[in-house]
Amino acid sequence: MKNAHPLVQTEALGLHYGRKPAFLDVSLAVPRGAITAVIGPSGCGKSSFLACINRLSDLLPRCRVEGSVRIGETEVFDPGTDVVALRRRVGMIFQKPNPFPLSIRRNLELPLKEHGMRGRAERDAVIERTLTDVGLWQEVHDRLDASALGLSGGQQQRLCLARALALEPEVVLLDEPCSALDPISSGVVEDLIVSLRGRYTVVVVTHNLAQARRIADRVAFFWVQDGAGRLIEEGEADQVFGDPRDELTAAYVGGARG
Amino acid sequence: MVDHEMWGSTPARGRTDRLVAAVVWLAATVVTAVFLWILADLLRHGAGQISWTFLTAAPASAGRAGGIGPILVSTAWILAVCLAVALPLGLGTAVLLAELTSAEDAFGRLVRRSLDVLAGVPSIVFGLFGNALFCVYLGLGFSILSGGLTLACMVLPILIRSAEEGLRAVPDEYRLGGAALGLSRGKILLHLLLPAAVPGLIVGVVLGFGRAIAETAALIFTSGYVDRMPGSVHDSGRALSIHIYDLGVNIPGGETNAYATALVLVAILLLTNTAASLLGDRLRGRHAES
Amino acid sequence: MSTARRPSGRSRQWTSDRLLVWTLRGCGVLTGAVVALIAVFLVVESFGALSGVGLLRFFSDPSWHPSAGAAEGTFNLVPMLLGTLLTAAGAVLVATPLGLFSALFCRVYAPTAVARPYRRLIELLAGIPSVVYGFWGLVVLVPLIARFRPPGASLLAGVLILALMILPTIALAADAALSGVPRRYLRGAAALGLGRWATLSGVALPAARSGIATGVILAAGRALGETMAVLMVCGNVVEMPASVFDPVRTLTANIALEMAYAVGDHRSALFVSGLFLLVLVSGLVLAAESIERRKVVG
Ligand SMILES: Nc1ncnc2c1ncn2[C@@H]1O[C@H](COP(=O)(O)OP(=O)(O)O)[C@@H](O)[C@H]1O
Ligand SMILES: [Mg+2]
Repeated sequence: MKNAHPLVQTEALGLHYGRKPAFLDVSLAVPRGAITAVIGPSGCGKSSFLACINRLSDLLPRCRVEGSVRIGETEVFDPGTDVVALRRRVGMIFQKPNPFPLSIRRNLELPLKEHGMRGRAERDAVIERTLTDVGLWQEVHDRLDASALGLSGGQQQRLCLARALALEPEVVLLDEPCSALDPISSGVVEDLIVSLRGRYTVVVVTHNLAQARRIADRVAFFWVQDGAGRLIEEGEADQVFGDPRDELTAAYVGGARG
Repeated sequence: MVDHEMWGSTPARGRTDRLVAAVVWLAATVVTAVFLWILADLLRHGAGQISWTFLTAAPASAGRAGGIGPILVSTAWILAVCLAVALPLGLGTAVLLAELTSAEDAFGRLVRRSLDVLAGVPSIVFGLFGNALFCVYLGLGFSILSGGLTLACMVLPILIRSAEEGLRAVPDEYRLGGAALGLSRGKILLHLLLPAAVPGLIVGVVLGFGRAIAETAALIFTSGYVDRMPGSVHDSGRALSIHIYDLGVNIPGGETNAYATALVLVAILLLTNTAASLLGDRLRGRHAES
Repeated sequence: MSTARRPSGRSRQWTSDRLLVWTLRGCGVLTGAVVALIAVFLVVESFGALSGVGLLRFFSDPSWHPSAGAAEGTFNLVPMLLGTLLTAAGAVLVATPLGLFSALFCRVYAPTAVARPYRRLIELLAGIPSVVYGFWGLVVLVPLIARFRPPGASLLAGVLILALMILPTIALAADAALSGVPRRYLRGAAALGLGRWATLSGVALPAARSGIATGVILAAGRALGETMAVLMVCGNVVEMPASVFDPVRTLTANIALEMAYAVGDHRSALFVSGLFLLVLVSGLVLAAESIERRKVVG
């Protein structure tokens, strides 16, 4: 896949916690409709990088961002940018499934209502469609009003995905979505991510190189240099895994380091 | 929690250890005995007095006879005014401190510091302040309104501290998850944070209620002594605690009814406390399932 | 969902969030202002006496007869100040060992089945209204003391009742402080073969020192500021006590007794004594806070 139509583009992006930089100088183009995997050892700033794309960085304590992020025509860190609308365009899934302590239905309803969907029938249709999309409808349609906390970890993660997809985002960010799940649920969620290809622009952080190999169209490799995370190499998945240009990348994907 | 796993491994031996153990047990026995003594006195002298008539009838012969009907009503009014003012104000401040100010924020630190001082202000000083501000300066006179407002100032620190703790106990995932879905701050607060903080809020309300209903000194010259049934919040009304004081100190022969009133007051406190701790446990239990 | 709805949703959310933030800030300002208001009103109301009588005469006048006004009256607050300090100090002296032993009992000496109800009992003691303590002191303790040394209503009665009232504050603070002692200290002591009391006095109590001190200081603040209990059991005679069996009047009791009929400079003088109390107690609170802070830093 060529990187001709980047939807998300970062320019010299960096993020600091207080004085300490988490990652610096990341310029990355994320192509529309593709799955981009961000790989690298833990602590190299992958989660912090994702937080810049939907400006969740606003909520992180003592955190400062430099550089720029553009999504389509929107300048993410422009003071005039409507953060609420931005976050509607950019869905996010966290490492630990985080359904709200509400019923399954309320989990989906809450963001839909917030974003102006007033009609009950319309909402119910969206709920059924997105739950079906994540393969959860069969499992939960008869207990939509039960607490979401009663679901298994894998089901919770799929509910979170449904909750994000219900808002019809353009970009979906996933931060190690499978690493807190058992192998079977992990496989189910991985298949779901693959099914997003084409319809959504996906950025997925993963520790699991085999998984990245299986699902990614493009790969961005982060590594800590001089106390801050950096983007070492980025390109087509086949190229990064099969013929890495940087020797750090070669060592990492070859399993020699990290 | 008792640390027996820890202390069990520490051997008790030798004469000093035995002596200290004896002293500690003695101290605990004394404290327990005094507590039981007070409780027994209240029950022995007060319980026989309590009946439906006592709870509803008006006091007669300066309180020696009759009941505490109007006094219960006045107390309820004073508490209602107190909580109606203190709850929204306290909740708002708690949300401000827990959600909108960081640890380094100067304004937050200032508010926190002044709350610490406020928590230590003697109740008689609240009484002076309430008298000067509400009764005289704002012209509310000796009234349920003045008393309730004075108590509201007094219970703010307790309310805020508990509510803030409740909010801080809510996991960050809810805030981040809510924000990532594009929920506004208000919605996150209303639908996610406040419901999860309910146990803390309940504890705060109960503690504040307990402090307010137990208060006497701040009410003597704000809500006053009048033991008639109040017609509105602008009337003076006598609280339970003031009734006990008045019967005990100023009315010869008032002891029996003072005992009964004290028993009612203590019973209300025990009931609300127990109910709250049970409710708090249940709510916490429900949240712990996740 | 149509994209057309977004702009209206956006401005609505934006304004409602702004409104929320400003409302909350307003709450914070109002809450923070209460302390300032208290200070302002006490100072303003005290002003008549402070300027008419002068601060010095509160200590040097021959007696306390304030109702005649600044010129003819006398304004000596020293006996009341002494009454306040003596009752509070006595109460702290009695309650500190009892509270500390209570905490040790809960945390170390009592079996779980006893420790739990005992801690609950301490919490209940903390919740009993001061007027109930005062009333019980008045009808039980005072006659008891009077049997040995009349009149019964005395400094001693005040000290005992106050001690009972502040004991839970000390016990609960010490309990919390002891629970915060790192277990590796205790394990280290056990490894050295120290006995129980040696571990406590040598390791656990010193480690819990600042938490206990904070509790004692806050308890002292409560004792200084308590009104009803001392009002009902101390006899309220304005004089220097010669022994613990003599009656005393505290600053708080003085305010409670005279506020009802005080006017002019007399009323103002009562606010001066309120100001004294406020300064004393705020000083203690801030001292307790600085101990806490030092613990965090050090
Ligand atoms: N909230 C925070 N405050 C301070 N430092 C943080 C915070 N979150 C992450 N960091 C630091 O920033 C660096 C990058 O963290 P993160 O983005 O979580 O990396 P990754 O997701 O790749 O493991 C790490 O060194 C981490 O310790
Ligand atoms: Mg991470």
